[in-house]
Amino acid sequence: MALSGMRGLSVFISDIRNCHNKEQERLRVDKELGNIRTRFKNEKGLSPYEKKKYVWKMLYIYMLGYDVDFGHMETVSLISAPKYPEKQVGYIVTSCLLNENNDFLRMVINTVRNDIIGRNETYQCLALTMVGNIGGKEFSESLAPDVQKLLISSSCRPVVRKKAALCLLRLYRKNPDVVNIDGWSDRMAQLLDERDLGVLTSVMSLFVSLVSNNAEAYWNCLPKCVRILERMARNQDIPQEYTYYGIPSPWLQVLQRILMGTDVVKNVNKNNASHAVLFEALALVMHLDAEKEMMSQCVALLGKFIAVREPNIRYLGLENMSRMLLVTDVQDIIKRHQAQIITSLKDPDISIRRRALDLLYGMCDVTNAKEIVEELLQYLNTAEFAMREELSLKAAILAEKFAPDLSWYVDVILQLIDKAGDFVSDDIWYRVVQFVTNNEDLQPYAAAKAREYLDKPALHETMVKVSAYLLGEYGHLLARRPGCSPKELFAIINDKLPTVSYESYIDVEIQQRAVEYFELSRKGAALADVLAEMPKFPERESALLKKAEDAEVDTAEQSAIKLRSQQQTSSAIVVADQPPVNGSVPASNHLTLVKMPSQNITEESNVTYEEPPVEIPKENGAPVEVESKVENIPETNIESKVEPPAAHPASQADLLADLLGPLAIEGPPAAVEQNPVQGLETNQSPVGDLALATLEDQSNSVQIGLKAEWRAHHGRLVLFLGNKNTAPLLSVQALILPPSHLKTELSSVPDTVPPRAQVQIPLEVVNLRASRDVAVLDFSYTFGTSLVNVKLRLPVVLNKFLQPITLSPEEFFPQWKALNVQNLKVQEVVKGVKPLPLPEIASLFMSLHLAVAPGLDNNLNNLVACTTFFSETTRAMLCLVRIETDPQDRTQLRLTVASGDQYLTFELKEYIKEHLIDIPRVQAASPPVPVQPQLPPAAVPATYNDPGAMLAGLL
Amino acid sequence: MADTRETFQQIRFILLQNRQGKTRLAKYYVPLEDSEKHKVEYEVHRLVVNRDPKFTNFVEFRTHKVIYRRYAGLFFSMCVDITDNELAYLECIHLFVEILDHFFSNVCELDLVFNFHKVYLILDEFILAGELQETSKRAIIERMGELEKLE
Repeated sequence: MALSGMRGLSVFISDIRNCHNKEQERLRVDKELGNIRTRFKNEKGLSPYEKKKYVWKMLYIYMLGYDVDFGHMETVSLISAPKYPEKQVGYIVTSCLLNENNDFLRMVINTVRNDIIGRNETYQCLALTMVGNIGGKEFSESLAPDVQKLLISSSCRPVVRKKAALCLLRLYRKNPDVVNIDGWSDRMAQLLDERDLGVLTSVMSLFVSLVSNNAEAYWNCLPKCVRILERMARNQDIPQEYTYYGIPSPWLQVLQRILMGTDVVKNVNKNNASHAVLFEALALVMHLDAEKEMMSQCVALLGKFIAVREPNIRYLGLENMSRMLLVTDVQDIIKRHQAQIITSLKDPDISIRRRALDLLYGMCDVTNAKEIVEELLQYLNTAEFAMREELSLKAAILAEKFAPDLSWYVDVILQLIDKAGDFVSDDIWYRVVQFVTNNEDLQPYAAAKAREYLDKPALHETMVKVSAYLLGEYGHLLARRPGCSPKELFAIINDKLPTVSYESYIDVEIQQRAVEYFELSRKGAALADVLAEMPKFPERESALLKKAEDAEVDTAEQSAIKLRSQQQTSSAIVVADQPPVNGSVPASNHLTLVKMPSQNITEESNVTYEEPPVEIPKENGAPVEVESKVENIPETNIESKVEPPAAHPASQADLLADLLGPLAIEGPPAAVEQNPVQGLETNQSPVGDLALATLEDQSNSVQIGLKAEWRAHHGRLVLFLGNKNTAPLLSVQALILPPSHLKTELSSVPDTVPPRAQVQIPLEVVNLRASRDVAVLDFSYTFGTSLVNVKLRLPVVLNKFLQPITLSPEEFFPQWKALNVQNLKVQEVVKGVKPLPLPEIASLFMSLHLAVAPGLDNNLNNLVACTTFFSETTRAMLCLVRIETDPQDRTQLRLTVASGDQYLTFELKEYIKEHLIDIPRVQAASPPVPVQPQLPPAAVPATYNDPGAMLAGLL
Repeated sequence: MADTRETFQQIRFILLQNRQGKTRLAKYYVPLEDSEKHKVEYEVHRLVVNRDPKFTNFVEFRTHKVIYRRYAGLFFSMCVDITDNELAYLECIHLFVEILDHFFSNVCELDLVFNFHKVYLILDEFILAGELQETSKRAIIERMGELEKLE
């Protein structure tokens, strides 16, 4: 047994191994984590070796399944260490602990880049490996050219180049634009000449990915691929170390799945590696849609496979037969193996049973439906729960699609209900009722069958329903049979009734029926009509088949076959259950227009952004109407008139900031019809305290407004939902999807909003901690036949919980010094800043609720601001901000943020950064009119392209 | 045709777990949150641990499939795409085990426990970005020798 080489680590692992139970283990882990945490806090005494040891320990603890929620910084910072051992640990543990979305990764992009372009080969390898394993989009943008250079460099060793190839593949997956097709097809062709098989293997993965995206661009590489294959498969010209159990690099052959065009040797070797190649060859045959002769040879081969005992081969035989069914007409040949396939349906291995079920489903037609469906029903008796739903759905579909006669169909469905009633949806039994009603011959048979089932002691609810219906309508056809008098029928159904759940409250239900029967009894002669038999149903498309079509997508996870046929793609594991495909949402629903009129319209300017930005604004400050319908805003916009102007100090500082008044967004209906393609457009007023939102769905129009009051970490909001139509909104639902840092409580929302009415829904918000995430309002309703659903971001953003505070130098400097602790005070050089004069930055800060404190910093290019942040966890916490600008280069500045909480520091820093960088292009759109100096650029968001973003932008 | 960029060949994650479900190595090539990783590890373990040795080495997992192989008390599992070549990955696992065996000369679970950091290093030489990087045992063992000298 070899030890780790780090004594402390080995001791810790031994300790963990010696724990007798989970509880002891947890205690030991907690103790270690506490120790590491203290050591990291006081970093001075920490040697590089110790740091390295602690970071490995953290990874070990993390692998054991414990949360390690600190130390990420320390781990990431090891990447920048000067020596190899620490750097190595930094890189490896970072790629295990963090994922590509982690913000800490951004901090090391530069270090990583320096390692990649530097001279040290070992560092290059470490950097390429980490980026290849967890690099995200940002890495993609900044590193791709450097990685490409390494890949084609003639001076790099293979060990670097193969890593560069796969690293580039990762970057390409994150952002396909990083590989420029024009330049790369020739490069790829050269790379395929590579003699080192390690590099060639890696290059081939990259190549396959590029080709699958754009095959035409890489035609020039085809001859080379064929040559590589020939070299390996025919000439066996390959270094000994790359043969695997005598087969020349099977993986490289498998990789060439698209191009594999040479002879298929159908010699069944017992070896998996050669089988792997063989199945690729089969895939190729299918892909090429080869002639029938070849196909039947393949099926014959697969037929042998599904009869062998080796489970993997049997599985693959079944799977590949299913695949073949999708591409060619080999049903008849496959049918010869039906008995064998049915045997596999009884295999103890669920993987094999699933493949067999898929295959049986795929090969079923009128000639074998009876046999196959009956097998499925048989299997239903023993199938485990996980497969029952799929099984019963498939049986029902096959029975309906291929039923040789209708009585058989009725039999099958009744058996299905009996065996797996929970999985038989209402659609299925409705369909039975329709068939029976429309076919007189079937009626006595169906009624008799229903009567038989009622004799069983325990019945599924669905069975009671379908029997009651059938006997209710056709019971009289059985009148002469024993046990079938009306009275007996009634008694037996009545017996079963308690097992049926009522869909609504029973008393009301009974009252309702009582009233209905009473009314019926007074109809006199018309009563005969009411009690007559049901007329025939009009021919309709089978709801079941329709559902199955939808379900093709929904149940994809159950059926590998479907996935294959759809070439379903995904880069990540689908972690949650797949949500059902929502087929009913009309595509035309979107928030079409956002306009923000305000009552102090005379003293403001309107800037409109449209795709080609239009010259807009006005000298006199009167709003410019880009849309001719703006005039109908004032009349619909009742709230604007009740809003006291005093609530809106015209100070520019408040422009972004406060939403003391209701918020709403408005778009006149006509605009949509005239400009259906113009998805979104803003018409923005700087004093954006009031606006209206209208959701347009062709004919209906709904207003959503918002009013908010903030106090410390509490917010009290009122949502207004206004229905401007002459018809009611039904099934109204409003949900708040709160990010984890907010606690929200929305009062109940009425199900219906009457015509021309407005409802107000109070919403309470509590801020738990600092975060830039935004709460989303998920609002839906039915209007007429259409379901409308929109998601809007709520203006509950970080600065709502900030309160500007003015500090004197005596108060400020001790605080500033006291926060000189890693993570509590964070400094960053921000690039790409919109160049602004310092006073404008100051007013931007004011609008973010950061109080600028003049005189604290003697340097005129610097600016210091203070604010108090409120949340439940931090309570009132002082935040200090300093920026240092460079008069030579206004596009960059140094930002320092300090507070008593590291998360708050980080979030606030990012929040400020967003505003410094993401300052919209006011200058571009507004003319240099000096009349409007109070217009703070940050007040006007750029053209966002989603409605939610826009709402947030208003704030 | 659908965008197939992501469908080709990518390994989503690799797990090395013992029969009790203790994770000895976990490498994710797709971004997952911690809680989700722990859930995946728990589910995959449950999925493979009770399967009869006579069963196939493939089992469906959510919308993917897991190719696994058991060596003594250790399960090596790879999560790959539904359309991927099962046998190729099955042998990939075996090659990895051969490399470990060579490196530790007669590998046992304890080697992997106490030298988990080495196992990560070897894996990084073998698979990168969810793709095979090097299939020569010799090349990898030599590379590990180079790296050990640097420490």
